[in-house]
Amino acid sequence: MSRSIALLICLVGGLTMLVSPFLPMATGWANDVTDWFNILAAMAFVLGGGSLLKVQLMRLSARGPGWGYSAVTLLAFAVTLWVGLGKVGVVADPSAPMVPWSGKPDDEGSAFWWIYLYVMTPITSTLFAVLAFYVASAAFRAFRAKNLEATLLLATAFVILLGRTFAGVVLTGWLPDWASGLRLENLAVTIMDVFNTAGNRAIIIGIALGVASTGIRLLLGLDRSYLGGDA
Amino acid sequence: MSDAITDQTAPAQGRWWIGLFLVIAVLVAIRAGMGEGVGRVYVQTETTRYASTTNEQGRVAWSAAADGTAGAVTIERDLFRTAGQFRAAESAAPGQQAIRVSWDRTIGLWLAAFFTLAVFSFLAGDNPAYKFTESIVIGVSAGYWMVVAFWETLVPKLLANLAPDMVKAWCMPNLEGGAFNPIALIPLGLGIMLLSQLTPLGRHVGRWPLAFVIGTFAGLKMVSHVESDIIEQVRATMLPMVAFGDDGSFAAWASIRNVLIIVGVLCTLAYFVFSVEHKGAVGRAARVGVWFLMITFGSAFGFTVMGRIALLAARFEFLFIDWLWLIDPKGERGMTVVATLVSCIVDMT
Repeated sequence: MSRSIALLICLVGGLTMLVSPFLPMATGWANDVTDWFNILAAMAFVLGGGSLLKVQLMRLSARGPGWGYSAVTLLAFAVTLWVGLGKVGVVADPSAPMVPWSGKPDDEGSAFWWIYLYVMTPITSTLFAVLAFYVASAAFRAFRAKNLEATLLLATAFVILLGRTFAGVVLTGWLPDWASGLRLENLAVTIMDVFNTAGNRAIIIGIALGVASTGIRLLLGLDRSYLGGDA
Repeated sequence: MSDAITDQTAPAQGRWWIGLFLVIAVLVAIRAGMGEGVGRVYVQTETTRYASTTNEQGRVAWSAAADGTAGAVTIERDLFRTAGQFRAAESAAPGQQAIRVSWDRTIGLWLAAFFTLAVFSFLAGDNPAYKFTESIVIGVSAGYWMVVAFWETLVPKLLANLAPDMVKAWCMPNLEGGAFNPIALIPLGLGIMLLSQLTPLGRHVGRWPLAFVIGTFAGLKMVSHVESDIIEQVRATMLPMVAFGDDGSFAAWASIRNVLIIVGVLCTLAYFVFSVEHKGAVGRAARVGVWFLMITFGSAFGFTVMGRIALLAARFEFLFIDWLWLIDPKGERGMTVVATLVSCIVDMT
C-alpha cells in the first residue's frame, strides 16, 4: 500500500510539471508543486545536518581514533547554526529599520558573513585550487600519445592551454597574416567554436535523451529503486 | 587524549608537521616586524538615519533622513577600507578613529591564512592541521546550507504561509499577503515525514516525500531538458551547408565551419547509438564521432586546468597581498617589502 501510494505521488508530481507548459490552468499547480519541491529540498538540508549530527555524535561517544575531529566538526556545525539562525551581528534592513530581524543573515558585518568569508570560502577555494596539482600530476602520468584519439586529446589540451595564455601568443606570433588562423590563440578559438561545439552539442543531446527516458521510467513506475529493496 | 587527533597520522609525522608550522610562524613573525607589518583589515563605521513616511495607501516606507530628523532610526554598518585610505586619514588627522583596525576581521584574515596553508599542506601528506581544517569545513558547510535553506526557503515559502502575521512581525515586514494558507500543510507534512528518516521508523514513512521529490524533479527536468537541450540544440545545428556573406558572396570558412559542426554532431550521436552495431558506415561515423569527443574532452581538460590554476593564483594573491603584504599591486601601502628590506639593510650598515 505504502509503495503504491509512493508511486502515485511520484506520477502526480511529475505529470503536474509535465502538463503545465501545455495547459495554462496547470501553471498555478506547477508553481505550487515547485514551491513544495523547494521546501522539501530545504528540509533535505535539515535532514543532512541531522544525519551529520547523528554520525559525529556516535563517533564521539565511541571515542575511537580521531574522535577529536568529530568534536571539531560538531562545534563548527553548532556555531554556524547558532550565528546563522540567530542572525548574530545582523543589522536591520534599511526598508524596515524598526524590525531587528529583517536583515539578511549574510549581510556584511554579521557573524554568519564572517564565517562564510573567513572560514568557508578560503577552505573550499583552496581545496579546489589544490586539485590543480593533482590534475597536473595525473595528466603527466596518464597522458600518453599512444594512438590517434589520445593524441587528439593531448594536442587539444595543449592548444587550449597555450592559446589562452600570453605564452601561446608569443610562441606563434611570428606567423604571417595569411597563416594567422594557425596562431595558437586563433586555433584555440576555432577548436572551441567548431569541434568543441559539435562534441558538446551531441553530449548535451545525449544527456537530455537519457534524462527524458529515465524520467519516463520513474513516472511510470518502471524504475522503483528509490523506494528501497524491501519496499 | 592523543587518540583525539591521531587517526592514520604517525606520531613522528605529527612532530614533523608541528615543526614545519612553527618555522612558518617564525617567518611570519619576522615579516610582521618589518615595515608596516602584515595583514590588518581596516573598517569605517557608516551611520545612516532612516525616517518613516506613510503613503496614500497607508503603507509605511523608510528612507534615509537628515541628522536631527524626529523619530529617525539610526543604523550603523562597518564597511571595508583599504590600508591606503587608512594612511591618508592618518596623515590628515593623526590618531583619528574614523578608519580603524577591525580586530574581528583581522583575526578572520589570519584564520583564513591558516586554513589556506593547512589545505596546501595536504600536498605533502595527511596531517593534523589538514584534518582539523577538513573537520571545520564539514561542520561549517552543513550548518551554512541549513541556515540558507531556513532563511531562503522555509521562512518565506512555508512559515510565511502558515503564520504570516508572526513572520511579518518577526523578520519579513515587507511580506505580501497575510492569510493562513492551509495548502502549506501538505509540504509541512511531507517535510516532517522526510525528517523522520532520522528515526528507526522513518525508512517507510520517508518514502512518500522522496517519491514526491523524485517525481517532481523528473517532470521538471524532462520539460527543461527537452526544451533547451534537445529542441534548441537541434535547432542550432540546422545550419546552411553553403553559407553566404552579407554582400551575397560565398563564405568559404563559414560553410566549412557549418559542415564540420553538422558532421560532428551527427557522428558523435552515432557513437552514442548502442542499439546498432558499430560496423560499416555507422562504425566509420562513430569513429569520427570519437575524434570529436576527444577534442571536446581535451578542451574541457584544458579549461579545467586553467580554472584550477586561476584559483591557485587567487589563493597565492590572498596570501601574498592580503595577508603577508609582500606585494602591493594596487599601491595601497606605503612601502613595499623590497623597499622595506632595502631601508633595513641601509639602517644596519
